[in-house]
Amino acid sequence: MTGTFVGMPAFPVAAREALGDTQLRHNLAHATGVIRAKRAAVVGEVDNWEDLRLAGAAVKERALTDLATHLEELERMLVAHGATVHWARDAAEANAIVVGIAQGHGVDEVVKVKSMVTQEIDLNGALAAAGIAAWETDLAELIVQLGGDLPSHILVPAIHRNRAEVREIFLREMGGAGRPAPADLTDEPAMLAAAARAHLREKFLRAKVGVSGANFAVSETGTLVVVESEGNGRMCLTLPEVLVSVVGIEKVVPTWAELDPLLRLLPRSSTGERMNPYTSTWSGVTPGDGPQEVHVVLLDNGRTRALADSVGRQALRCIRCSACLNVCPVYERTGGHAYGSVYPGPIGAILNPLMQGTGDKQVDSLPYASSLCGACFEVCPVRIDIPEVLVHLRSKVVDAHRSDTVPSAEAVAMKGVAWTFSDARRLARAERASGVAGRVMKRMFGVTLPGGRAASGKLPGPDGGWTSARDLPAPPAESFRAWWQRVGRLGRQGGGES
Amino acid sequence: MGSMRVALMVTCVNDAMFPETGKAVVTLLRRLGVDVEFPAAQTCCAQPMVNTGYLDEAVPVVRTFVDAFAGFDAIVTPSGSCAGSARHQHGIVARRTGDAGLAAAVAETSPKVFELTEFLVDVLGVVDVGAYFPHRVTYHPTCHSLRMLGVGDRPRRLLEAVRGIRLAELPSAEECCGFGGTFALKNADTSIAMGADKARHVRSTGAEVMVAGDNSCLMHVGGILSRQRSGVRVMHLAEILASTEDAPLGAVVGGGR
Amino acid sequence: MSARDDILAAVRAALADATPEPSPVVSPVGVVPNDLVGLFAERVADYRAVVERCSVADLPARVAAALPPGARVVVPSGLGLDVPGQVVDTGLSSAELDALDAVVTRAALGIAETGTIVLDHGPDQGRRAISLVPDVHVCIVTEDQVVADVPDAMGRLDPSRALTWISGPSATSDIELDRVEGVHGPRTLQVLVVR
Repeated sequence: MTGTFVGMPAFPVAAREALGDTQLRHNLAHATGVIRAKRAAVVGEVDNWEDLRLAGAAVKERALTDLATHLEELERMLVAHGATVHWARDAAEANAIVVGIAQGHGVDEVVKVKSMVTQEIDLNGALAAAGIAAWETDLAELIVQLGGDLPSHILVPAIHRNRAEVREIFLREMGGAGRPAPADLTDEPAMLAAAARAHLREKFLRAKVGVSGANFAVSETGTLVVVESEGNGRMCLTLPEVLVSVVGIEKVVPTWAELDPLLRLLPRSSTGERMNPYTSTWSGVTPGDGPQEVHVVLLDNGRTRALADSVGRQALRCIRCSACLNVCPVYERTGGHAYGSVYPGPIGAILNPLMQGTGDKQVDSLPYASSLCGACFEVCPVRIDIPEVLVHLRSKVVDAHRSDTVPSAEAVAMKGVAWTFSDARRLARAERASGVAGRVMKRMFGVTLPGGRAASGKLPGPDGGWTSARDLPAPPAESFRAWWQRVGRLGRQGGGES
Repeated sequence: MGSMRVALMVTCVNDAMFPETGKAVVTLLRRLGVDVEFPAAQTCCAQPMVNTGYLDEAVPVVRTFVDAFAGFDAIVTPSGSCAGSARHQHGIVARRTGDAGLAAAVAETSPKVFELTEFLVDVLGVVDVGAYFPHRVTYHPTCHSLRMLGVGDRPRRLLEAVRGIRLAELPSAEECCGFGGTFALKNADTSIAMGADKARHVRSTGAEVMVAGDNSCLMHVGGILSRQRSGVRVMHLAEILASTEDAPLGAVVGGGR
Repeated sequence: MSARDDILAAVRAALADATPEPSPVVSPVGVVPNDLVGLFAERVADYRAVVERCSVADLPARVAAALPPGARVVVPSGLGLDVPGQVVDTGLSSAELDALDAVVTRAALGIAETGTIVLDHGPDQGRRAISLVPDVHVCIVTEDQVVADVPDAMGRLDPSRALTWISGPSATSDIELDRVEGVHGPRTLQVLVVR
């Protein structure tokens, strides 16, 4: 029932298709606009927001720079509190562990808290292959799952759908998965939410196994933290007899007190609230309360690869708030699917290459899916310098091709440009040539820019990428440098020698 | 500014494509009493290579940069983006080489690079530069000047002091125009989608002129505005600040475009 | 090698260049409101929860008034208050809880800045399920339980206990980022702040 990102085309191709999707463009412009305004309002009321960002970044940095020690402590404390700890090198190992636990209890279904990491490893696919239904219980995840769709946003996976589309999906698909939607369902969000409540309630009440991720894992106390809004998380964490939490190793927070800045940063950055409706924390098994069998799966799946990149490592500070997606002008126009991963947007453009490495055409296109405008860094609650990492990853993509027997046209061009820019005399010669080219362009493709300057309209050939929608000013007959040599320097106070 | 040696870093784009902007900076600085020099050995800040991932190729360009500007007290550039590149990226390139000499040279030049409005407001301490420009204008703060450099309200204050000008507020001003260097070519469709929205906002202001501190962004949005036959002209901030009643735009040093 | 040893070895290898920071990060100060309880009430109400302030003497009547008429109400064994229609929790099943209308609990503390109540599921609050499954949650907070901001709360809470932080009724913004109160958790949250 769910889609797959496997085989997605490179970003520019996927983006072109998305840009032509009228409904998607409209839905995203509306939704990102709403959430940006909410975030700005609640961040604006915190006087020491920048101090909080610094503290949040420092906490995660401290966790990462001594990660092995913290992971060992986390394991020790979880076990001390009655949890069983598993370790998984990759998706297949993690999935096998979760499937094994479910099979050990003879269940044919599990209820799931919204979790990025279980999407990353396609746990639902692995469970389905074992004949176990994984019910997504977050409203947006439910919309995506029922629609046979793919998530397109970290916080709101169905952000690309509007209310009318959600209504149609519920009417069409809910009956096949359990309790059907009421026949008189309207597209009012409150009524759609009520339909989800009724549909999922029976699943919550009967499920024996719950599956979650975790927003944070406090090593000092062995405490896992799940931050949510709807109460579906509390249902899955509390009602089943067995709870399995899949936790990326980068989720560690060293001490209980150091959760503080993160709990203040996350809701304001994410949903634009002072605090999200529900935060659950638990340390292993709580006697007489909630699941009495608790498993924690600690997952690598490329995280140690990212950790080994001293520039890119900072991406593991990410607390999955989605603020960078919401402010990204590229994301706002292309949506999340174009990134070909459960981690879309600016953070996805760095996390995917960092965790998967270079060499795949689709993944290699991601660091270039940015105008480097810097809006993402400005809002990141843990100060991940996404533009810096993007540029760094571009250099890794380029470096990976340095030994190609046939270099790309771009590599040849860049070498040529660098050669020209390494010596001003070469540049001056190139500018004289471009002045000549400008005169040719003017004659052949001439238009006039507002203000009177000659320009070129649509050009044939490889330069069409620029002129397909933009006129291009014709190069001037005389460069600045030539003008300075001829006239400009004469105006200097000392007589013009420099 | 008597003993201060001030260099114009004109940028490769302005040198080859927008010489009028460089001339406007010269006119403006001379009017303010600064005897600006143009070190002829300069070429480019290396940003095109760095931002596309060609860091090895950027190395000789950064060397050329630090050699060309060695010994100056201030390096002024009419580009937020190139100022940002010199201040924030040259160090990355130098570190990659492991060449301590280059790193030291970069550490010497980088902090002396000023975007034009920073130089005017912070170094010269002027906001009213005596300009006259009787037109309806809307200002687009480019991303690198806004977020990488943090020029803040300096361009605005300079524009507000221009006599005759009518400033129109640009909706969603802080959103990227979609230029992004090679992004404009590698992801042309997305770039144009962003530029089209910027052009729409510009047109909604009723301005005659869209002004910004980076000609690369202006070339992109201006190219779209021209293709739409919108009649809106794009101009670099330096050209408006250089314009006076005696020497209105079109008669600045070196003649009109 | 086991997955555990492999992962820990990969982590150590990846961090060969990193210098660990042994001291915990000091949290920036939280807000210091003039009117702690007033801010708490205002912020809870912002989430479209119902907030009332009352005296200890008035509490039984206020609790009764907060409950739907004729409601069957689950209460924890240590609530310390008689509630009309009460069913004391003795390990009710999920289905039994689902058949009840409301729940009354106390709280571990309240956070003014964020309008949050925190339950640590002690005897006056009960296990986690009872304050989750029924559709109406009436929560009693005393004024001396209200702290200013999140850092003040962290210091008072015991992480070895399961904790539930509640800020308003269950909500979602998953459809067009339009906030709707009431999904899976209690759709009505009423907070009684007792002097």
